[in-house]
Amino acid sequence: MKTNALILPFRSGLSRTVDAGRSRPTLLGFARSCSKQTAVWFVVAAGFATAPALAQSVAITNATLAIGDGSEPIKGGTVVISAGRVVAAGAGVAVPAGTTTVDAGGKWVTPGIVSGFSRVGLAEVPAVRETNDTSAGRSPFSAAIDVAPVINPLANPIAISRTAGITRAVVAPATGSSIFAGQGAVVDLGSDLNPITKARAFQYVEMGETGSAEAGGSRAAMILTFRMMLRQAQEFARAPASYDGNSKDALLNRVDAEALVPVVTGAMPLMVHAESARDILAVLALRQEFSALKLVLAGATEGWMVASQIAAAKVPVITAGLEDLPSSFEKLAATQSNVGRLVKAGVSVSMGMLTGDDALQLRAATQQAGNMVALTKVPGATGLSWGQALRTITSAPAEAIGLGDRFGSLRAGRAGDVVLWDGDPLEMTSAPVAVWIDGVQQPLDNRQTRLRDRYATPTEGSLPKAYEW
Amino acid sequence: MNRTGRMLLVATLLAGVAGPLAAKKDKEEAPASQGSSAEPENPYPSTYKPYPGRPTVLRGATIFDGEGGRIDNGVVFLSDGKVTAVGGPDTPIPADVLLIEAQGKYVTPGVIDIHSHLGDYPSPGVDALSDGNEATSPVTPHVWAEHSIWPQDAGFTRALANGGVTSLQILPGSANLFGGRSVTLKNVPARTMQGMKFPGAPQGLKMACGENPKRVYGSKGREPSTRMGNMAVNRQTWIKAREYQKKRAAGKDQTRDLAMETLADVLEGKILVHNHCYRADEMANVIDMSKEFGYKVSTFHHAVEAYKIADLLRENGICSAMWGDWYGFKMEAYDGIKENVPLVHRAGACAIVHSDDQDGIQRLNQEAAKALGAGRRMGIDISDEVAWTWLAINPARAMGIADRTGSLKVGKMADVVLWNGNPFSTYTRPEKVWIDGALLYDSTDPKRRGVVDFELGQIGAGDVK
Repeated sequence: MKTNALILPFRSGLSRTVDAGRSRPTLLGFARSCSKQTAVWFVVAAGFATAPALAQSVAITNATLAIGDGSEPIKGGTVVISAGRVVAAGAGVAVPAGTTTVDAGGKWVTPGIVSGFSRVGLAEVPAVRETNDTSAGRSPFSAAIDVAPVINPLANPIAISRTAGITRAVVAPATGSSIFAGQGAVVDLGSDLNPITKARAFQYVEMGETGSAEAGGSRAAMILTFRMMLRQAQEFARAPASYDGNSKDALLNRVDAEALVPVVTGAMPLMVHAESARDILAVLALRQEFSALKLVLAGATEGWMVASQIAAAKVPVITAGLEDLPSSFEKLAATQSNVGRLVKAGVSVSMGMLTGDDALQLRAATQQAGNMVALTKVPGATGLSWGQALRTITSAPAEAIGLGDRFGSLRAGRAGDVVLWDGDPLEMTSAPVAVWIDGVQQPLDNRQTRLRDRYATPTEGSLPKAYEW
Repeated sequence: MNRTGRMLLVATLLAGVAGPLAAKKDKEEAPASQGSSAEPENPYPSTYKPYPGRPTVLRGATIFDGEGGRIDNGVVFLSDGKVTAVGGPDTPIPADVLLIEAQGKYVTPGVIDIHSHLGDYPSPGVDALSDGNEATSPVTPHVWAEHSIWPQDAGFTRALANGGVTSLQILPGSANLFGGRSVTLKNVPARTMQGMKFPGAPQGLKMACGENPKRVYGSKGREPSTRMGNMAVNRQTWIKAREYQKKRAAGKDQTRDLAMETLADVLEGKILVHNHCYRADEMANVIDMSKEFGYKVSTFHHAVEAYKIADLLRENGICSAMWGDWYGFKMEAYDGIKENVPLVHRAGACAIVHSDDQDGIQRLNQEAAKALGAGRRMGIDISDEVAWTWLAINPARAMGIADRTGSLKVGKMADVVLWNGNPFSTYTRPEKVWIDGALLYDSTDPKRRGVVDFELGQIGAGDVK
């Protein structure tokens, strides 16, 4: 099987029908069935696409359709995307004349999956230091660090995640020598060189065991450091010219002080990593002094213990979902029911890669969500309905980061990020058949699929394996 | 009683019957090393005893027997700690048993994880409890993982309740070329490691290829710092081990050496080799090395590139213990693919899904589902019941316990999971788990849920996890 061509989108306006239910449910099968049609394909040699990607007008009909807003999936649904955006989605949606039509054959259609927390594009091989841009322990900068310019859209984990239906991700830097890590971004995982949905989308700070260590060794020092740094940012905002980043009292150099100004004013969300109930309360209490802080809690493994306080503070939570071990002293009360209990208390909960493999395994999102559904069948546990579970990996993370009007659901006007699956997307045996990002159909091969194809038969043929490509 | 002890006993008996000549011969051959006669062969014996169970029948479930068989609307009968009957709907059901109607549910043998560090890297993951790598020398076959195990690791209880894990092998870490001996446990909480030890299970020897040993010791300015260094240190060690083993087998005098005893036991086939190895080319080197020194590799662990040499692994009868979808976190994992498990399986080699992770061990069924789905998408049609062998009989064989557990066959240990749906579904969880016929997890009974000492009296203790 040759897959040495990446297939980029066909032009819009050409009417075609692809029966995903009839074709073999592999990306190759899908590509083959598509290529039989009259659509124009841009076929680009492996390397990477430089041809401009064109957004399609496409309608996917006859789908088991999930909107991603928490509602339950419907049968016989249609989604129409045009000019890169969702035009309409639901039952009985009319397909405009001349729109390319894909018959889902009853299969599942969802918005693209959103990773609520990741470091994708910041590391190709995390343990290979040269490829790892997640943190900078020897840099003089912290809060001012901006990951947007260095997120690598050609990193293999981006393509691998895209193949699994992940279309957007929240990307956070990791701390180096300060409690503040810097400014994270929101990206799309499209096969192009423009990954940024929003640069400098949030500031990231550690406020637990890690934060304590970064602050010199105690939580008391951590809280004080946080407060004094924000006060110095306020000083900078009042009189930028007179702020002396070199004074012996300065905790922030000028650029880091400037970077924290939008945090203090609430113009930029502050994503706070805190796991324990007591650290969460300490973080919420910081609003007494800094009332404008636009907090987002990351981690919150013990969030269920203070769910009502988090809900009252209207702070969204991005969590790992499946933590259930006292793996550290800040996670003693870990339970998989954390998500369900928080949602029940009225907290907006998203899921992401809070527990490692944050640069690689964004595709765990569907497993995290599926397990929340599993909990509904476990006596005493608190889980989520299917629609609520999907929301934690689609619209909820988009809303948490302030971009709910841009992507994350199939509501009209949102980005045309759509996935057609070969089965229930929250089952581990399922996979995408087709993925659109901003209305552009995406290639679904990557170096893993190429390795798979090369070694489908492990023995050599008439030439060495190196010639099979 | 150990080998030398046994030999001395034989010598004494022979001396009594065969006279001075025999006595002289045996005196020459019997080791006279210090205290050897006082040392038992099994100095840290299992004290595990099955807990009491009620004779129980599970009726109406879909059964995956763990060896690739499937029975719809089946009957499983557990009594006296053993599987006493398995069959279709017509299987006779004795009177006076607990009858569990299991229509719509699934029954499997308990999940076996061949690669775990529960207990030697327990929760909480603080330095004071970090006991998995004796990273002070690349050659530490004298250390035993069982001596690091903290039975109060809550991870055991989660592996049982959420993962249906009934037996597991605890290995030393992979910092060293020769990491030490592994131990196999029944997943039953106990006050001591001995109380969990799987009676009669062979020990393993953890070995490691590749990046870890060369990084750990290279960074200390020591050998090995390269892959060729890894192999050289391995070979030098095996040369010594062969000499030790020959002398021991011949009953010759030598100072007792714990490291060499482990390796001699490997050479005699009593200890099974579990070799952490990612890359195809390195696995091939290890296979040649095993032939050079006359030992057998039971299983390559992680084996991220097993799919590239699935034919070689089949020919050499070596199992691969693999993840469902881990890849790329380090250089030697760069070529990991989701189809690894099904490709190895299709080639006719032994495939196992393992965790190496306190979270992954709770979802080995889902990890297997990832591999199963990926395989099917590339046209490898493996049925659910055959895929269950990756979690049952295959690891049991690789660990040397397949005659006692790993499948639902009459006479085997009643290590059984009742799942509330198809266990390859994300929506499915264990409903009940029996180990040796004792009900040790019951999702409907909060008291049938382990709370280890570390958790007791803490926030969250006894919560549904």
